[in-house]
Amino acid sequence: MTGTAGLLEMEGVSYETADGTRLLDHVSLRAERGRITVLAGPSGVGKSTLLRLANRLAVPSAGIVRLDGVDCATLDSRHLRRRVGMVFQRPTPFAGTVADNLRVARPELDDAGALEALRRVGLSSDMVGRRADDLSGGEAQRMCLARTLLTEPEVVLMDEPTSSLDPDSRLAIERVVSELVRDGLAVVWVTHDLAQARRLADHTVVLLAGRNATDAEAEAYLAEREDER
Amino acid sequence: MTSTAVGWAGLAASLVLVVVALALSGWQRLRLGRSILWAAARAGVQLLLVGLALRLILDPDASVWWAWLWVGLMVVFAGRVIRNRAREVPGAALLGTVAMLAVIVVSLAVVFGLGIFPVQGRTIVPLAGMMIGNSMTSCVLVGRRIVAEITERREEVEARLALGLSSADAVRPFVRAALRTALIPQIESTRAVGLVFLPGAMTGLVLAGVDALDAVEVQLAIMYLVLGSVATSVAVMGLGLSRRLFTDDHRLVELTRPVP
Repeated sequence: MTGTAGLLEMEGVSYETADGTRLLDHVSLRAERGRITVLAGPSGVGKSTLLRLANRLAVPSAGIVRLDGVDCATLDSRHLRRRVGMVFQRPTPFAGTVADNLRVARPELDDAGALEALRRVGLSSDMVGRRADDLSGGEAQRMCLARTLLTEPEVVLMDEPTSSLDPDSRLAIERVVSELVRDGLAVVWVTHDLAQARRLADHTVVLLAGRNATDAEAEAYLAEREDER
Repeated sequence: MTSTAVGWAGLAASLVLVVVALALSGWQRLRLGRSILWAAARAGVQLLLVGLALRLILDPDASVWWAWLWVGLMVVFAGRVIRNRAREVPGAALLGTVAMLAVIVVSLAVVFGLGIFPVQGRTIVPLAGMMIGNSMTSCVLVGRRIVAEITERREEVEARLALGLSSADAVRPFVRAALRTALIPQIESTRAVGLVFLPGAMTGLVLAGVDALDAVEVQLAIMYLVLGSVATSVAVMGLGLSRRLFTDDHRLVELTRPVP
C-alpha cells in the first residue's frame, strides 16, 4: 500500500488490440487527491485508451493499475468504476429526463438530491424535468459530470470533456472541476488545448506514440504547441 | 372431405406461371431466366424429396422417434441458417440453435402436454417446422438489431458501464428495444389474420377439403403457438446475446460492423 488515499497509479502499462497492434507501451501515470494531472499529446497516441484502462473498460496486456495501492485487477470492476468515474469526450445523455439520467447513477436519489447534484455542476434546478436529449452540448456534458459525481468517485477521468463545447461552457466545467479538486478529488484530464492544460495542470504527463515522452520530448512538444498558437 | 390432389398433370400446368415469369424476364431483359428456372427446379426437387421422406416418417406404423430425429435436424439446420444470415452476431450459430431448441421444448410441451394435438409424427414434424420457420426470422432480426444498436451506441453503453452498472443493466434499454422490434411484426400479423391474409395452414386445410371452422380452429391454435414461439426465441437470443457481448468483468467486447 502506498498509503495515499484516492491515488491512481498506472505503472508500465501496455495495451494491444485484438489484432496485435500495440497502442500503449509501458506507460506510467499517477493521479493524486486534490490534484489535476493533465494528459497531453497528439491525437491517436493512446490517451483515451489509457483512461479506459484506468476505468477497466479495457484491460492492459502488461503492467499494473493500482487504486489506493491495490491492484485494480483484483477489484470488482463495477465497484472500481464507481470509485474511478469517467466523463467522455462527447456528452452521452441517456433516454429520459435529466432526473432519469441522474438516477441511473444512483437509483434511490430523491428530488432534493437531484437538485443538489445539478447545483454542484452549476446547472439550474429547472432543468431537472427536461429531456436530456434537448440539452445543449455544454449542459449535457455538465449533466454527465453530475451523473458521474453521484457515484462519489475518488478519481475522475476526463477524456477531452470540453473539446466540442463553446468557451463559456468550457470555463464553467473547468471551474466546477477545480472546486471539486480543492475538496480532494483526483482528476486526470486529457486535453489538446495548451491554454487549458496550463490553466488546470498541477502536473502534466505527455504521451507520444503510445509511450511516456522523456522530459526533453515533453518540453519540445509543449513548446511546439506554444508556437502554433 | 373432397380430395384436392393436384396430380402430376396439375403440377405441370402450374408451370405456366413459371413461363409467365420467364417471359417477363425475357421481355424486360432482366437476365433472370436461368435463376427462375434453377429456383423452380430446385424447389421441385427439394419438396419432392421432403415429401418422400415425410411419407416414410408420417406412416402410422413408423416409430415416432423418426419424427423427433427430423425435428433435431431442423433445429441444427436452423442454427446454421441463423449464423449465415447474421454473420456479425457473435456466437449466432450456438445461440440460434439453443433458441430453436427452447422453442421446440416450450411449444411442443404446451401442445402435447395440454393435449391440443396428439403426439404423432404427422403433428410433431409440421408443428415443429412452423414454429422454427417463424422463430428463425425473428431470431435473426433480434440478433442483428442488438449488435447494430450496440455498435452504433457503444459510447452510451460504455458510459453506463462507467457508472458501475452491470453489463445486463447497461444494455437493457437496447435489448428491450430490439425485442420489441422483433415481436411487433408477429403481433401485427396475428392481429391482421383473416382480414388481410389467409394463413398457410388454414389455406392448406381448406384446399384439402376440411370444413372451414375446423380449419380455423387448427389455424388459431397454430397462430397462438407461433406467437409464443417467436417470443421464446427472441427472448433466448436477446438475453443470451446480451451476455455474449460482455466479458465476466462487464467489459464490452469488440464488434465487427454489421453488414448493411
